[in-house]
Amino acid sequence: MHDHPHGHPTQPDLEDAPFTEYQVMALALEELLIDKGLITADSMRQGIEAMDAPRPAHGARLVARCWVDPAFEARVLQSTNDAAVELGLNLGETPIHAVKNTLEVHHVIVCTLCSCYPAGLLGEKPDWYKSRAYRSRVVREPRAVLEDFGTHLPADMEVRVHDSTAERRYVVIPLRPQGTEGMTEGELATCVTRDCLIGVALPRIPR
Amino acid sequence: MSTAKFAAGQPVRVRAAFPLGHIRTPYYTRGCVGTIESLAGLDPNPEHLAYGRHDQPPVPLYRVRFQQSALWPAYRGNPQDTVVVDIFEHWLEASDHA
Amino acid sequence: MRRPHDVGGLEAGPIDTEEHLSEPWEKRLRVMARFLQRRQPPIVTVDELRRGIEDLGEDYNHLSYNECWTASIANILLQKGVISVEELGRKMAEVKTRWKKDRAQ
Repeated sequence: MHDHPHGHPTQPDLEDAPFTEYQVMALALEELLIDKGLITADSMRQGIEAMDAPRPAHGARLVARCWVDPAFEARVLQSTNDAAVELGLNLGETPIHAVKNTLEVHHVIVCTLCSCYPAGLLGEKPDWYKSRAYRSRVVREPRAVLEDFGTHLPADMEVRVHDSTAERRYVVIPLRPQGTEGMTEGELATCVTRDCLIGVALPRIPR
Repeated sequence: MSTAKFAAGQPVRVRAAFPLGHIRTPYYTRGCVGTIESLAGLDPNPEHLAYGRHDQPPVPLYRVRFQQSALWPAYRGNPQDTVVVDIFEHWLEASDHA
Repeated sequence: MRRPHDVGGLEAGPIDTEEHLSEPWEKRLRVMARFLQRRQPPIVTVDELRRGIEDLGEDYNHLSYNECWTASIANILLQKGVISVEELGRKMAEVKTRWKKDRAQ
């Protein structure tokens, strides 16, 4: 990768692939905003570096703490953003609302209208969460969608889908799996994947 | 909150209106009857925010729970299955039954 | 009438669960959008961005997620007079020429 003489970013990913009008437009917008002093190249650089930094599994830590500390879980259910501060997590401005799985109810999260997602806790959203197929099908046939993810639920359990249509984000507190008695909080966190926090997967003890 | 019109447990119907414009009440809920699960809060109305208007009063936002069978006549899962949608008060009217 | 983005309940095929890394231009786009939202006052709000995507109409169905974001932001910046049509056209031509030249080297 080389720096263009004028300091504009090159697009190494495009060297072999055709570029589209929208890629050109996106960079044109960025350069216009920089030219007008509305954004700086430095803040763009810092923002990109921050995106690339590895994200620890905040959501998994939160769930593990809920599993070992019922009083903490109660605080999470009351106000997830406030309770997360106890773990040193700043979940940002948008309220995240935790919903707890029980033996009676299994929760699944979606945003059918766009793809609102509890990024403050889970990081970047997966492509499938943004996909038309997920957004259209999970509100209408959640059990079939869960089967597609390899998740089987009892027929008599209620499946409750949350469609995040407003400025509330939802996250699932899954049920603690069997066989985890005596595990440390850190070990419990390894049982919880991002997909468990969305509700399409169940936590399990890693092999 | 004293300004909220509906109470938890109350049956409500989503208005069957279909204007153009920025709307956060999904098409699949319009005309359907559900139950108020809870009041989520008082939020600025995205229908105004989307057009740059920031001076409008906030509106009560509810979590409304729909039986899947109320949304999709051919639903084949557990009859207890539900969908919960965050809907603004002005999209809801009181219903006689859930 | 159901608008193209309002897809809850429509028929669809299998969900592709393969995950793709974001391309550099997509990351830059999202960083730019975040800055536009965080300015005081915001230059583009999240509600405006969503509305701009929804108003793409049929294009919504064949543009990618990030292409929709790009189009929405461009339209809002034009509508608000932050950039002009002429500026955008000239800058896009300049970027394209530069990239073609980089390739030729």
